[in-house]
Amino acid sequence: MTATATSARSDLSELGRSETALRTFLHGLPGVDQVGAEQRAAQLGTRSIKTTAKAQAIDLAIRMVDLTTLEGADTPGKVRALAAKALRPDPADPSCPHVGAVCVYPAMVPYVAEVLAGSGVHLASVATAFPSGQAPLEVKLADVRAAVAAGADEIDMVINRGAFLAGRYGEVYDEIVATKQACGDAHLKVILETGELATYDNVRRASWLGMLAGGDFIKTSTGKVPVAATLPVTLVMLEAVRDFRAATGRQVGVKPAGGIKTTKDAIKYLVMVNETVGADWLDPDWFRFGASSLLNDLLMQRTKLTTGVYAGPDYFTLD
Amino acid sequence: MSERVAVRKTYKLFIGGKFPRSESGRSYLVQDSNVSLASRKDARDAVVAARAAAKGWAGATAYNRGQILYRVAEMLEGRREQFVALGVPADEVDAAVDRWVWYAGWSDKLPQVYGGANPVAGPYFNLSAPEPTGVVAAVAPETPALLGLVSVIAPAIVTGNTVVVAASPAAPLAAVTLAEVLATSDLPGGVVNILTGRLSETVPTLAAHMDVNAIDLTGVADAELAAELEVRAAENLKRVLRPAPADHDWHTDPGLTRMTTLLETKTVWHPKGT
Repeated sequence: MTATATSARSDLSELGRSETALRTFLHGLPGVDQVGAEQRAAQLGTRSIKTTAKAQAIDLAIRMVDLTTLEGADTPGKVRALAAKALRPDPADPSCPHVGAVCVYPAMVPYVAEVLAGSGVHLASVATAFPSGQAPLEVKLADVRAAVAAGADEIDMVINRGAFLAGRYGEVYDEIVATKQACGDAHLKVILETGELATYDNVRRASWLGMLAGGDFIKTSTGKVPVAATLPVTLVMLEAVRDFRAATGRQVGVKPAGGIKTTKDAIKYLVMVNETVGADWLDPDWFRFGASSLLNDLLMQRTKLTTGVYAGPDYFTLD
Repeated sequence: MSERVAVRKTYKLFIGGKFPRSESGRSYLVQDSNVSLASRKDARDAVVAARAAAKGWAGATAYNRGQILYRVAEMLEGRREQFVALGVPADEVDAAVDRWVWYAGWSDKLPQVYGGANPVAGPYFNLSAPEPTGVVAAVAPETPALLGLVSVIAPAIVTGNTVVVAASPAAPLAAVTLAEVLATSDLPGGVVNILTGRLSETVPTLAAHMDVNAIDLTGVADAELAAELEVRAAENLKRVLRPAPADHDWHTDPGLTRMTTLLETKTVWHPKGT
């Protein structure tokens, strides 16, 4: 990786100008050793994190949660309740930190914004014809502007997988650039939908594409397809952000989303972050979990650590 | 040809329909056999398994639950020799089989006896129906090893509860062998979970666990421990069955208390029309 990274440093900014240059660069990235990546991920998953380290990891994970609800059945009341939970996840324990952000559909942004105003909890919204991304560019950009205008300070966009898989990298690149412009000051998270990318090589290419085009975060999945975040995919993406920083000096965040339900899973991801990219990324500004049921499990484990008694789901909210 | 070497059995836990070793890897010796020494985490895992099974088991029809309990009796009958070989008297095995059948019969009758229509001053039907309380933790008595265990498990599950049973530390072989009977009786995995080992390790965890709805202290012989467990159980208002007196005769009619203590009553008002 490092060889490619250093040689590319000077001309990275030029890549977007030509489809051919972009393709040459992305296909010049070294392939991912699938067996190696899976084995490495599995190995990191066996670390045992106990007592004070575990307490620290749980609080960090809570701060990294993007508390998400993306249902057709979302109502203003439901998202307000979720936002209230984001501010104070465990009402019984004031020492419990707030989550990183609340993530909702653009139509729900105004209701969440009322609750979160001035709290330090970010407000993320999915846009660009989430989850398929199959809409004309103008529609996608209007979607983004509407969400930002309503108060979202983070935008989760989906890349055009159809174009990516067909090899039209320039088109994907231009869309991300246009979306980034439409975001203004809002942070842009680029959803790769790795479950549809088929290979780790594609995940690596899409990660680089998203970062080259100006994404502030790269995110694994929408949570709307059967295969969501996995440890090996996140490992490939973490390696990409590490190499990207080495090549350009710009740090990009990573957000695995979908399928992370237990504290054990979350801690595996934190271990992997620490071992792959280091403590620089162990912060809600650079690593997030897109999840909904994860938070309750984190709270139950946190309660277990503070009270010494196993907690039950009856004592936590139904989301 | 060399002499055949007999296959020795390791007596393992019974959690979620499977027979895992203790996560701690520990075991202890009883009657020259290795028996798993369950840890706090095994108790936690057993509660998770019991909770996962609770919805399906409570949702099964009473008739179906009765059939499955009867099936347990059939399987137990067929394994009589195995229990006798472990030192369980033959008449106790008979009594245990009969007890399964007796409780199996109650599955669709208890709601009629214990629930019913209430007279109210208005144009309504007012019906009280018993429902399972959820996950029950139970401590089996040391003697009689088999009949006592059956008398603790059957009344809890016949109404739709799921159980985590701490077997008597001195008599775990009958408990694990009973688990083998249960595993071949169409009983869904997780409805009965059996932990072997020291009570002082597993039972306080179960008594304090917020996701356990009731605790049956039948086999707790130490009065001080029983009191401490009741205090822990009070934290989330668990239903409690107190320890059985040391001279309790398990062969007598068990009555309904063991079943009715582990129930909640749901009352429904329904307009009658005039």
